[in-house]
Amino acid sequence: METLWFCLVALMVAAYVILDGFDLGAGIVHLAVARSDAERRQTLAAIGPVWDGNEVWLIAGGGTLFFAFPALYALAFSGFYLPLMVVLWLLILRGISIEFRSHLDNPVWASFWDPIFCGSSTLLAIVFGAALGNVVRGVPLDAAGDFFLPLWTNFLPGADPGILDWYTVLCGVTALAVLTLHGSAWLSLKTDGPVHERAERLIGRAWRIVLAAAIALSIASFAVQPLLAQSFKKHPWLAVFPALAAGSLALIRILRGERQRFLASAAFIAGMLASAAAGVFPYVLPSVSAANPGLTVFNSAPAQYGLKIGLAWWIPALLLAAGYVAFVYRRFSGKVAM
Amino acid sequence: MDTALAVDRLHFAFTITFHYLFPQLTMGLALLIVILKTMALRTGEERYSQCARFWAKIFAVNFAIGVVTGIPMEFQFGTNWSKFSKSAGGVIGQTLAMEGMYSFFLESTFLGLFVYGEKRLSPRLHWVAAFMVFLGSWLSGFFIIATNAWMQHPAGYRVMPDGSIALTSLSGLIFNPWIFWQYLHNMTGAVVTGSFVMAALGAFYLLTGRHREHARVFVRIGVTAGSIATLLMIFPTGDGQGHNVAMHQPPTLAAMEGLFESTPGAPLAIMGQPDTERRRLDNPLTVPGALSLLTYRRWSGSVRGLNEFPRSQWPDNVELLYYSYHIMVGLGTILFAIMGVAVWKLWRGTLMQSKPVLWALMLSFPLPYIATTAGWTTAELGRQPWLIYGVMRTAQGLSPKVTAGSGLFTLLGFMGLYSLLSALFLFLIYREVEHGPEPESVAVHLPVPVPGAAA
Repeated sequence: METLWFCLVALMVAAYVILDGFDLGAGIVHLAVARSDAERRQTLAAIGPVWDGNEVWLIAGGGTLFFAFPALYALAFSGFYLPLMVVLWLLILRGISIEFRSHLDNPVWASFWDPIFCGSSTLLAIVFGAALGNVVRGVPLDAAGDFFLPLWTNFLPGADPGILDWYTVLCGVTALAVLTLHGSAWLSLKTDGPVHERAERLIGRAWRIVLAAAIALSIASFAVQPLLAQSFKKHPWLAVFPALAAGSLALIRILRGERQRFLASAAFIAGMLASAAAGVFPYVLPSVSAANPGLTVFNSAPAQYGLKIGLAWWIPALLLAAGYVAFVYRRFSGKVAM
Repeated sequence: MDTALAVDRLHFAFTITFHYLFPQLTMGLALLIVILKTMALRTGEERYSQCARFWAKIFAVNFAIGVVTGIPMEFQFGTNWSKFSKSAGGVIGQTLAMEGMYSFFLESTFLGLFVYGEKRLSPRLHWVAAFMVFLGSWLSGFFIIATNAWMQHPAGYRVMPDGSIALTSLSGLIFNPWIFWQYLHNMTGAVVTGSFVMAALGAFYLLTGRHREHARVFVRIGVTAGSIATLLMIFPTGDGQGHNVAMHQPPTLAAMEGLFESTPGAPLAIMGQPDTERRRLDNPLTVPGALSLLTYRRWSGSVRGLNEFPRSQWPDNVELLYYSYHIMVGLGTILFAIMGVAVWKLWRGTLMQSKPVLWALMLSFPLPYIATTAGWTTAELGRQPWLIYGVMRTAQGLSPKVTAGSGLFTLLGFMGLYSLLSALFLFLIYREVEHGPEPESVAVHLPVPVPGAAA
């Protein structure tokens, strides 16, 4: 039951990263691919009706994590206190920059919000990547299971790490590159004209950086977190996830269809996330201190009744949500004209 | 009080108070917009559609701020109250996750269709979109009230040997008897806020001689809905919620009323200042026997005063609890009176010419916000010193490793950011109000220039 919920939470996280990932990516490249006001309205229109719904996956995923693994939710959220608060502030700034920019037809107003949209999207990608890096690397849990990470210490992933060390910064940079690629692929699919041309060129450039970053990150991850090597040795079939990531990354380069290329990018993200999740499983928050071996799905889940009854209402809700997503994206299919 | 505890409580109080200024309007407006859309559909008059479109713009600005300030609420359970979340997450996580899974997906899907989709949907389908937004926001309110109700009056749980709290009955959690009146009281309050804002803007347009046709609709719908809602606010929902408190949180009732001595035929305090040192109400102005009547439905029932409970059971801020409760009740009475006069004039057909009443409507729109804030302050201070009533003390729920310094840092950050949001909000609302509901006043450049047009 715990393993099933682990998979469901991982599914929510993956859905969030893939869906909100492309609108974060559109924000990252916003200033680069769209130069004039009309072009910038075009990139915003390419995410306008869906970005809010995409962010719901974060909130719904957080709620799911809350009741399926309360100990993990509580300890991770309080331990990552400072970066999470930064995430909240960035989400607030980003949300209003998207919603409020269109309320006034004034160049000063627009040029105030455009950099905020781009900057908050960029920082969010880096912080989310670094957060994932912290979970893979592990945190210094004390005997009671609590921890509190400073933003940085000596930038080394040792026994006394900070949120930022060379490994998590690498994760952040990789996330930035991946979402740049993902967002460019979305914009290429959804736009025409100059924005489309620039997004196309960015895909090529971002792809090379993603390839280099993904290789570096894979090597670094095995070096930093010994659990990964153990897991893949014990269950060789888990290699399908990195294989999915590698294959999809190659497909992004090979495929010419805009839609197929975007889907390949989504599969690449799913493969990367699944590799990390499967690699540390059954841990959900490994420890780097001797006082506590770390949080697993088993010692962070509540009593069985809650997990069982949870399935009864959660699965229908997920199907309903999937239905809404299909409905919205169908209504919103096709390119956005300038 | 311990500094970290004080900072974390203020952190939650500040962010939730600011956040709820927006949903209380959107939940109330959602209902009023459905009414406007229904009238547009039935009469076929363009005026009602224009009114609905105008309020949809006000709704959208409020909704956006409600969304971005709502996300910190869910995060704060984990960041600042990790011991509480670790123990009780298996229970309250259920209702919070339901809110995300059932209401937010619904709302975000149909809000886009409602705000941007009028030209592409048939009038009937657009009505459905408006109704779904209403349904989503009221469902969301339900799950939040269910969460709060469990903290006020826990049900359907068991405390495990390791101290964690396990859910034993989902229906116990969802059909917690506390929910019924609290939900109705809260949602009626949202309708009161929505009605007053709509009526106030209508009155403002009438008094300034602009958009008369639309202003009449605003005033008529605002006053009709507002008079019903302010009545329901007092009876039966306010009375029912008061009865909940009297039955299940007796020290809270005593503190709200400033009652120290237990007495049969207890008086209802209209005014006075509680003195917790000398344990009495200074300068009291009371209605004899009325508190007993309200609590037990008879004049002679004995109501227990604070003296009957050890100090450790008292809400930890009796004074503020007493005042917030009295502000809520006092404003509720004033709002009911204003709407009472207005609806009588409306029935007589003289409201649109009655300057004093229009002035009163125009000036009173902040009062429901204050009353709602005071009401929630009453509910949350009344729960103290418990985080989960009778189960976990507030002081036991903190994140042990988050220092007062970290908490204050982020509290100040939120204060700064929310100041910016307030300024932007007032600016954008002012612009919409200046443009008004007339069709040539298309202020919003919709960021969706008809997808599919170039496909």
